[in-house]
Amino acid sequence: MMITSSSGELPLGNEHDIVLGRQAVRRMTQQQGFSLVDQTKMVTAASELARNALIYGGGGTLKWAMLSDGTKRGLRLTFEDKGPGIPNLELAMTDGWSSGSGLGLGLTGTKRLVNQFEIDSTVGVGTRVVITRWK
Amino acid sequence: MDRIPILRMGEFLLVTIQVDMHDQLALQLQDDLTRAIDKNGAKGVLIDISALGMVDSFIGRMIADISGMARILDAKTVLVGMQPAVAITLVELGLSLPGVATALNVERGMGLLRQALAESGDDDNFIKR
Repeated sequence: MMITSSSGELPLGNEHDIVLGRQAVRRMTQQQGFSLVDQTKMVTAASELARNALIYGGGGTLKWAMLSDGTKRGLRLTFEDKGPGIPNLELAMTDGWSSGSGLGLGLTGTKRLVNQFEIDSTVGVGTRVVITRWK
Repeated sequence: MDRIPILRMGEFLLVTIQVDMHDQLALQLQDDLTRAIDKNGAKGVLIDISALGMVDSFIGRMIADISGMARILDAKTVLVGMQPAVAITLVELGLSLPGVATALNVERGMGLLRQALAESGDDDNFIKR
């Protein structure tokens, strides 16, 4: 059975919040006993999604939850914004696609760094991305 | 405003990134470095990222851009000290930094720059800044 041992929320309102967010994610992955490579993957994924929420979504929140399932330990991060939303999710999940100043590998690249990746976006309402990585 | 220092070592410039950069700081470095190449007539730039625990697509793009800008300004860029976990993550993310020369550490990076300078040495006699 999956248990959430602790959870919280961080704001994503400016560039400095991205830095604070990835530092918080680094600490959480260390607390969950992730290997250095797994820590780095989760921190990098968090940095990509936090920047998306800020640049495309006009800011938002980062919700975190430390998970355990039997002997497994993990971290779930939810990035939410109330931005314009993504009109064509299928296109946005194509390798090499980007609408902004990124390198065009944002979402698909980020998906490869985590174990679970869910995206939900409604035009005019906002976007929510949930990522989970297990130790 | 905070800035990343750029050190001059003869014909080369040395940048050691030791802080977790916010985006504006990364862009400032790009600006400062291209100015420093021009002002000093630098032939090489060494960027040491051994203290960076993460390189995301934004920082990766900044590094690739610096390398491209430096090349146009006739300077070679070598990126050194990338942590193995960062390299693994970058490639998985889809960023292999094409066109950016890399070396394992500062010493080898300097060797690469000196070698590049020696190879292009003849032309330098004609154009002196």
